[in-house]
Amino acid sequence: MSQNNHPTTPRKSSTFDDYTLSEIRRAAATGIYDIRGGGTKRKVPHFDDLLFLGASMSRYPLEGYREKCSTEVVLGTRFAKKPITLKIPITIAGMSFGSLSGPAKEALGRGATLAGTSTTTGDGGMTEEERGHSETLVYQYLPSRYGMNPRDLRRADAIEIVIGQGAKPGGGGMLLGQKISDRVAEMRTLPKGIDQRSACRHPDWTGPDDLEIKILELREITGWEKPIYIKVGGARPYYDTALAVKAGADVVVLDGMQGGTAATQEVFIEHVGMPTLACIRPAVQALQDLGMHRKVQLIVSGGIRSGADVAKALALGADAVSIGTAALVALGDNDPKWEAEYQTLGTTAGSYDDWHEGRDPAGITTQDPELARRLDPVLAGRRLANYLKVMTLEAQTIARACGKSHVHNLEPEDLVALTIEASAMAGVPLAGTSWIPGKTGF
Amino acid sequence: MPVIDLATTPLRELNQALHDAATPGHNDTEFEVLNPKGAHAVAVGVAAPVDIQVKGSVGYYCGGMNEAASITVHGSAGPGVAENMMSGTVVIKGDASQYAGATGRGGLLVIEGNAASRCGISMKGINIVVRGNIGHMSAFMAQSGNLVVLGDAGEALGDSLYEARLFVRGAVKSLGADCVAKEMRPEHLQLLESLLAEAGITDVKPQEFTRYGSARTLYNFNIDNADAY
Repeated sequence: MSQNNHPTTPRKSSTFDDYTLSEIRRAAATGIYDIRGGGTKRKVPHFDDLLFLGASMSRYPLEGYREKCSTEVVLGTRFAKKPITLKIPITIAGMSFGSLSGPAKEALGRGATLAGTSTTTGDGGMTEEERGHSETLVYQYLPSRYGMNPRDLRRADAIEIVIGQGAKPGGGGMLLGQKISDRVAEMRTLPKGIDQRSACRHPDWTGPDDLEIKILELREITGWEKPIYIKVGGARPYYDTALAVKAGADVVVLDGMQGGTAATQEVFIEHVGMPTLACIRPAVQALQDLGMHRKVQLIVSGGIRSGADVAKALALGADAVSIGTAALVALGDNDPKWEAEYQTLGTTAGSYDDWHEGRDPAGITTQDPELARRLDPVLAGRRLANYLKVMTLEAQTIARACGKSHVHNLEPEDLVALTIEASAMAGVPLAGTSWIPGKTGF
Repeated sequence: MPVIDLATTPLRELNQALHDAATPGHNDTEFEVLNPKGAHAVAVGVAAPVDIQVKGSVGYYCGGMNEAASITVHGSAGPGVAENMMSGTVVIKGDASQYAGATGRGGLLVIEGNAASRCGISMKGINIVVRGNIGHMSAFMAQSGNLVVLGDAGEALGDSLYEARLFVRGAVKSLGADCVAKEMRPEHLQLLESLLAEAGITDVKPQEFTRYGSARTLYNFNIDNADAY
């Protein structure tokens, strides 16, 4: 504010910053909360806050590219007659047909199969595109049960019971009317054009004791062949993991708050749940306390981007990781080649998240046939396979440097933290010290 | 006719025998199950047009995901009976616990006694006929199919209902969000008549029922309906 002839520089509030002001104006004008896709966008402690120590004198490294560092992972060794063996410890997370186009689902299947890993269905049922192109397909059993049927259950290689999602623990889903094509409406047994709500709870069980019996039913229907995964949102990882084990899970999937969603309230994505980094150690601790670590496998997801992230998650005790957002980017999501069109949508390549509107220029998060045709599933699948293989090579490189002949031999002792927050969350010492806040020293 | 006694035969063997009935070379069309004694997951995932008589009461999820089979329980059923049924028939001679017919996509579920809460929750095409009463939150988020109740319905019937049709002969304690009473037109009387006949019920008339369905005001989000969400 200027006073007489002594003007001051206009000062913007850090509480009411430009984004916050625009959100208030948008809410006032439209009467609806902001809905978007993706995961949390604000900065939270993450894998970047950890570093590997590598080997020098006290550890002996393996020779890069010559000495073997295995990456194979076997999932479902507890009860399933047919456990899943993957070549790499990176899987593709559940993403629905409806949210994604048919060619996008096909591309995910092609890419994962080329790289030797699995894909996962989503809310909306199993499509021929993904079953046909996925060597290993995990069938999600969701609260909405859209498209759920026993024939697809039997065609799956594993069953993932979805209880929560990192982007919105405790929340259901919403596929807005503009994405409900004839095919999506038919698969979901709902009229075209209406908002399709997905319940936040399973309709026919109400807790872990019931879930145990539900799992018995699923196993009886499928002849006890398929691994049963239980997916939880990262909120109370110690207890949720322990209860999943108690209910009979073969595999626990733990999705941190950086995990994406097709569409939900912005306030939910940014303010509910815990960072992936903070979720892993409590979940591993639960498995260790129950004597089930490595017997019930742990898959961690939520913001995995590189081989370094993979290696860090495995070092903290995960058996595998899962990627969603990164897989979409590998296919071509938010590619700068569509920048002009992103601009017309009022955004920019790298920031586009209004997937629920169905106008994705990259043809991935849409049901518009013209846009969907833009994605070449063969090429996009190849890109995904390349990305998965690069991540695996990166993780192997780090593991060899730490002296490990299998990526699963990475351990917390190989890590230090750059910040006190990350040190406390990951349970590894602050770099240059032996201090883990809350655990050692003062 | 194979007779499987669950007092001496493991559940796994029962279900495997029923699943095998759908494969070529297996000619058994009638099964009898003895001593279920509240066992869970009895006759689940059956995909053959066989007749299964269960002599006693069952626990959770009896007849779950049934396809084509006719299952009769000569007793009561625990939670989730005939959940996600695709086709075929499940008849419960006694009462049924919660979530009867949950997410069912086809076929007919008949409950000759009462059903507890959440009967027909999220139903997706199944037909359910209950001779007695049903509990609260029944047909919550029901998408399609028909729920016929000869007795009374509990609180919040049809909350957040989509396109399923509900027919109740007795009193409804309260209706859920977006569920309203609707006119019974000739096509509804005809439909109800055929559903009652299919369920073997001859002592009541379609005219004695009230139809309930969705007001469709929650089909697309509107801030002015925020109180209903």
